[in-house]
Amino acid sequence: MNVQAEPGMAALAAIKANYSLTPEQRQIVDHVDRVAREILHPLQEKMDAEEWWPEDLFRQMGELGLLGITAPEELGGSGQNEFTQALVSETISKWNPAVGLSHGAHDNLCLNNILRNGSDEQVRKYVPGLCSGELVGALGLTEPGAGSDALGSMATGAVRDGNDYVINGSKIYITNGPIADVILVYAKTDKAKGAKGISAFIVETDNPGFKVAQKLDKMGFRGSPTGELVFEDCRVPASAMIGAENSGVSVVMSGLDLERAMVASVCVGMAERALELALDYARIREQFGKPIASFQMVQSKLAEIYIEVETARAFGYRALAACVGLPKGAGGRGEIHKLTAAACLYAGEAFNKAVTEACHIHGGSGYMQDTEINRLYRANKLLEIGAGTSEVRKIIIAEELLRA
Amino acid sequence: MNERLRNVPDLPTHYLTEEQQALADQASKFFFSEFHHLNAEMDDTDDLSPSIFPKLGEMGYLGLNVAPEFGGAGLDFTSACIITEELSRASAAIGLSHVAHDNLCVNNIYRNANDDLRRKYLPGLCDGSLIGALGLTEPGAGSDALGSMRTTARKDGDHYVLNGSKIFITNGPIADIVLVYAKTSPEKGAKGISAFIVETDTPGFKVAQKLNKMGFRGSPTGELVFEDCRVPAKNMVGKPDGGVAVTMSGLDLERAIVCFNAMGIARRALEISIDYAKTRQQFGKPIASFQMVQAMLAEMYTEIEAARSLSLRTAAMCEGLEEGEGGRGEIHKLTAAAIFKAAAATSFVLDRAVQIHGGSGYMRDTEVNRLYRTGRVLEVGAGTQEVRKLIISGELLKNI
Repeated sequence: MNVQAEPGMAALAAIKANYSLTPEQRQIVDHVDRVAREILHPLQEKMDAEEWWPEDLFRQMGELGLLGITAPEELGGSGQNEFTQALVSETISKWNPAVGLSHGAHDNLCLNNILRNGSDEQVRKYVPGLCSGELVGALGLTEPGAGSDALGSMATGAVRDGNDYVINGSKIYITNGPIADVILVYAKTDKAKGAKGISAFIVETDNPGFKVAQKLDKMGFRGSPTGELVFEDCRVPASAMIGAENSGVSVVMSGLDLERAMVASVCVGMAERALELALDYARIREQFGKPIASFQMVQSKLAEIYIEVETARAFGYRALAACVGLPKGAGGRGEIHKLTAAACLYAGEAFNKAVTEACHIHGGSGYMQDTEINRLYRANKLLEIGAGTSEVRKIIIAEELLRA
Repeated sequence: MNERLRNVPDLPTHYLTEEQQALADQASKFFFSEFHHLNAEMDDTDDLSPSIFPKLGEMGYLGLNVAPEFGGAGLDFTSACIITEELSRASAAIGLSHVAHDNLCVNNIYRNANDDLRRKYLPGLCDGSLIGALGLTEPGAGSDALGSMRTTARKDGDHYVLNGSKIFITNGPIADIVLVYAKTSPEKGAKGISAFIVETDTPGFKVAQKLNKMGFRGSPTGELVFEDCRVPAKNMVGKPDGGVAVTMSGLDLERAIVCFNAMGIARRALEISIDYAKTRQQFGKPIASFQMVQAMLAEMYTEIEAARSLSLRTAAMCEGLEEGEGGRGEIHKLTAAAIFKAAAATSFVLDRAVQIHGGSGYMRDTEVNRLYRTGRVLEVGAGTQEVRKLIISGELLKNI
């Protein structure tokens, strides 16, 4: 080993900076934190009680600069990377998980996917509207019979007919499905090829062959509309295909890696809010003549929540940083596949632990549906299931570990 | 799209840089070739070969954070953590002795002592001719290390006279230099503690016993006794009654770096578990082909990389921590959280590693069993998990 001169302050500052948000990211987070707290947080209660989505909310988010985080500025976006997009997700989810979920489905799953994989023409056609909020986006992958085995069991098909494709099938648990204008839909164009016969299409929801079969009634994230979508001889032009025919699997898989890293951030934002609520409550709530925060058993829970939040954050940020600059078509295999699956697995379970303990600290009041902690508690489980169940995440990790 | 954002080299990685990875690779290669084969015998005999510290010194792995003018390697704190992780991966016991020497003793002296003391002791500690230790814990002072401390140092002319005992001291039985905390003003409680450099050939110092540990065997641990042990007053590190600042800021750094002892151990356990799962056949196929084993491997990886991510961030946040800083605030909370997580993750990983190894993992002379026996103390030393949680909740509930 070479002996070197003692590191100077600049070198030490660089080491710290490597684990910190950039000044630009900090600025964006501060802005989003302020508007999310002032505008989105007060919407929680009614959205949850009435499963209500405020009609002009996407347009409003567009005006506030919350949409198209990764889109170039000339198309109406913010020109940021996926890491910064995740920070926006994290912050929105902290103040309103339902809006965070809808925002993520729109901005990452739909918009960013089109941006990464779409043609120039497709990007120019859809991205500006998605950035302004005039268009609402969604992504359709999961089907009634295709959950963990999303690719292999996919039954939705798209058959070439002249200059069109005709899509038949259904998609379920689709976030924003009931309100979307534009849906990125996966369908099999060559059933014989299994997962390698999947293509991605942009479907406009005013298409006569498209319909929302039902709006689903979720336990948590209420207000963010989730639906079952049906395609009946839904005819789309061949130009609606994203990428080449039968190349959908790489679009899905690289998109899924990024989605998992984003899900980790959503969990971090919500877990951080659970910690804040638990801290506030533990300081104010008095039993046996003193605040319950003065009891070691409560202190132990608070400390453990903090540890989960900070661990999930550190791991999530590392995974996100690794996603930035990932070339088109990369992902879906190797180190990044394993890392994003693990960060997402960890964050989902960390949020579960954090929100369960935070709810517990709230005692009886935490069991009441109209408290913020109870809404957060009901947001639990989804993120151990969506974007690949914890089990699918483990299968991915184990495969990569055993490949070497 | 977004070409300007793609592969921009100066964006934060929130993980090791390429240079840091190269440092790790280089260290790993050396430690595995030099030390890994010694583990079985160290575990049997519970002895540390006298050649190890000089060899570490020769290769530049001692005095990692000490400036070259005192014989050190002049590295940043994160680099020391990275080296600690790789050393522990190759040999948990040597990793423990190394961190007690290099961080608890050497770095503490470097950070807090005056230039005379630094010039006198650091060159020998950096070339491995002197072995260092730190003495804080006492038979009656574990979690309440400061409040219950009974070792005293009474001023007598230009000397202090130390009386008391210290227990569970890593390197105690082989140390040449021990950094000892003692109460100079017992009436002031924790605020009456001072730190001293004690040479172990001083009359009045003795090793009462070498202790028989379950794991980390080969790294000698002892009980030290001070009986009218006369130490020159100039061997005081920091100011009289200023020991608490030295301890507390030192403890934050200790917690941060010990994360990497844990991570080295956990990573090694995962590596050998993967190997075993691939080769071990049951029901006609490798046990790695069963989902229950796959789940264990995936959970182990996830726990390790989650804890490592937090540990690395924590190490980075310790960079440039000033003398006397720490022991409170954000860094106090963060280091406590990181070591809690690293220790808990390591315990989890070691438990699963033995499970995957089946009956063979229960045999004392297997590598996985040696690793398994190390795990428990990571949740106890450098503050128990409970003390770590008290620190965190104390900080969280401050500033109401």
